[in-house]
Amino acid sequence: MPGQACVHCGADCGKHPVIWEDKPFCCHGCKTVYQILHEKDMGEYYKIQPMSGIRIQTESQSNKFAFLDNEELKKQILDFTDGNISKVKFFVPSIHCASCIWLLEHLDTLNPAISYSAVNFPKKEVYITFRNDQISLRQIAELLAAIHYIPEITLDQLEKKGSNKAGRNLLVKIGIAAFSFMNIMMYSFPEYLPGGDLLEQDFKDVFGWLSFILILPVVFYSASDYFLTAFKGLKHKIISIDIPITLGIMALFFESSYAVFSGNGIGYMDSLAGLVFFLLIGKWYQGKTYEALSFERDYKSYFPVAITRLNGDREEIIPIKNLHKGDRILVRNQELVPADARLIKGKGNIDYAFVTGESIPVPKQKDDFIYAGGRQVGSSIELEVVNEVEQSYLTQLWNQKDARQTSNSLDNHINNISQYFTIAVLVIAFSAFAFWSFHDLNTAIYVFTSVLIIACPCALALTIPFTFGNTMRVFGRKGFYLKQTEVIEQLHKTTTLVFDKTGTLTLSRKMAVAFEGIKLSAEMLDKVKSMVRHSSHPLSASLYEHLKAEPIYEATHYEEIPGMGLTGLIEGERFNLGSRQFVLGIPEQSDSKESRVYLSISGKQCGYFSIKNVYREGLDIVINDLKLHYDLHLLSGDNEAEKAHLQAVFGSEAILKFNQSPTDKKAYVESLKKSGKNVLMIGDGLNDAGALAVSNTGISIADDVFSFSPACDAILESSKFAQLNQFIRFTKTSFSIVRLSFFISFLYNIVGLSFAVMAVLSPLFAAILMPVSSVSVVVFATISTRWMAGKKLK
Amino acid sequence: MLFRIFLNKLYFIQLKDHFTIFAVVVVNKNYITEMSAIIILIILGIVVAGGFLVAFIWAVRSGQYDDDYSPSVRMLFENKKHKEDTSPSTENLNPKQ
Repeated sequence: MPGQACVHCGADCGKHPVIWEDKPFCCHGCKTVYQILHEKDMGEYYKIQPMSGIRIQTESQSNKFAFLDNEELKKQILDFTDGNISKVKFFVPSIHCASCIWLLEHLDTLNPAISYSAVNFPKKEVYITFRNDQISLRQIAELLAAIHYIPEITLDQLEKKGSNKAGRNLLVKIGIAAFSFMNIMMYSFPEYLPGGDLLEQDFKDVFGWLSFILILPVVFYSASDYFLTAFKGLKHKIISIDIPITLGIMALFFESSYAVFSGNGIGYMDSLAGLVFFLLIGKWYQGKTYEALSFERDYKSYFPVAITRLNGDREEIIPIKNLHKGDRILVRNQELVPADARLIKGKGNIDYAFVTGESIPVPKQKDDFIYAGGRQVGSSIELEVVNEVEQSYLTQLWNQKDARQTSNSLDNHINNISQYFTIAVLVIAFSAFAFWSFHDLNTAIYVFTSVLIIACPCALALTIPFTFGNTMRVFGRKGFYLKQTEVIEQLHKTTTLVFDKTGTLTLSRKMAVAFEGIKLSAEMLDKVKSMVRHSSHPLSASLYEHLKAEPIYEATHYEEIPGMGLTGLIEGERFNLGSRQFVLGIPEQSDSKESRVYLSISGKQCGYFSIKNVYREGLDIVINDLKLHYDLHLLSGDNEAEKAHLQAVFGSEAILKFNQSPTDKKAYVESLKKSGKNVLMIGDGLNDAGALAVSNTGISIADDVFSFSPACDAILESSKFAQLNQFIRFTKTSFSIVRLSFFISFLYNIVGLSFAVMAVLSPLFAAILMPVSSVSVVVFATISTRWMAGKKLK
Repeated sequence: MLFRIFLNKLYFIQLKDHFTIFAVVVVNKNYITEMSAIIILIILGIVVAGGFLVAFIWAVRSGQYDDDYSPSVRMLFENKKHKEDTSPSTENLNPKQ
């Protein structure tokens, strides 16, 4: 039976909610935020959108933002400062609703030293202006963290500052094209009306000249990208779709300019402006990206910006790039180890969840080697840096830039078609020119330009942006985010799927728990659950979640020994829970395929809880469906314990490999690619980063799509894993739609070309045919993609 | 021809035979032609549309199209009194007496 919903975050409070002013809360964190807001009379937050708060798993430690006091880092983070007033921009991934905007824009109520704050919702950023003398940068970050809007500050953001100038430029280009298009259309209008030819020569001249002036920015500014890409393509000996477009634009421009200069009206100026306008709209539609998602993370997005260095007995906070080999560093609870290091002092208990997807911490002893990327859980440890950040084992792997981006975008489907298309158009144009030149050279030139004008593949060029743009949007709504539309093409070509196991096929948070040993009474289970309630260790959390018991007892003399276990007294009985070493005094078996939590009550051994990873729901169905169409491979960093089970799921033809290091995974994907396969890699941790980067398509699975996913081409919400096959298969539907749209635009071209070669193409005809073909193709692509998505994606 | 238009009187301008533009144009009687009226309208049209184009470009460059969600909710928030209390501009507006 579910309990009440938390007033702050809406989570289930369980049987024992934290109560404050008769309102239930799921945890003390949520209650604290409510109190802060209540004190400042900011209850409005809960009115705009009820239960909009954010629940955080672990309380952040007090000095998490201490590095913001470091002058050098402060300078990098602040956007502007004049000594009095400073401006800063924070990335806050947890911004999700109208209430968030309201609260973050009323920060001045919480602290009057903040004079202004504004939210950019799609980017999930908050811009804050504050008074230096009254509040420090660190205090602002801590204020945000106190209301659970924890800002994410990473090296990555520090290094590349700058806004989306490219997106803004495209909008300006569209605006100018639209302005010219509308005005030129007005001037062309008289010519299309009955009696238009009666227009006086003066008018024709004025309209012509005005159109000519208006078309100049359209051709030389708005359409400049098409010229550039066509030119670049030619340099690399690639005939892209931009070449026939450029040819068409130039033919339209010169033919119409000739008409203006010779006093024959305004030619095809309106068609030209319209064409450029439609093309840019297509580009804009395709260019929509998920701004708050990051597909290009490398180690810099994960690592902290600063670290505590021990200089003799003194602790100092230094930027991570100043860290050198041989330095001694202090890593506190929940902090990340930034470089390969050796443990000097303290009990290491390293959680490699970001690296391997395995969330159960690994205990480390003195002199043990710790790879960069692990997170310390438990008390502080002292480390000696062995490799510098840039040279650490995993950072080197992540740093490899993938070379595919450049080759990928040019070698795509539409460019293959456009090669034949361009050649065909040129052949038609020259043969028509040759034919007419026997009769009349002027007509021949007119026919030649007419063919180029009418064959300008506007509809063709719009097909892909709108079909794929729509597919990408539909996917995004269903929880599958693509980096760019080119990914759809790669998905479509996929022949081979490679899976990672931990965190990808298995759930990273949920575990299956079973007890081996003496029969435990319900009362004992209640007591065990009461014990684990106090611990934030992942195994404790799994136990707490799984045990069907009530944590109604109060544990006294409770102690948590990092890397070992828990101990405490309940009603006079001593409960020991934890590792074999801790409970039984016998060293751990290293080859076990499950995590075990041993239990003793008052010195009496009771047995152990075995905790195993759980496979994602719907895994069988997805794999069964996928194995009919693709080669399946599995690369796991774990031992072979699960091999028999997985082989049964994947089928006998699938290749399963275990004990794979990150480098092995990468090499394996590379060898698959070399043998001519188009590889889709699905992984989650940073140990997959290398393999994801070399694959044709890398998909990373994430519980929270806004944080922690390695560089990839697409991010899949982990809850949508069961639909993976539907997504991949839908790309085939998208391609069918593209082919149909191509067919429609070819039909228009055949009609148009037949008029052009007969030397009867008029500006009026072009002005009608060209927009009609563009618009009908766009409408067809949009409607059919949406309709098919409604049918095929559940 | 445009430069010879001087401000003078109000006229109704007749265009062709069947087509009357009911426009208020201030021109010198001597130079009024069908031509000039249309040209004035066209110039006006370009100036007005150009004004909007400039406004659009300004809006894009100042980042108004960067966030298409928050302004829609922001306008629904109630402005509280304390906003004005803390704003420095109101302090300056109250000279000491």
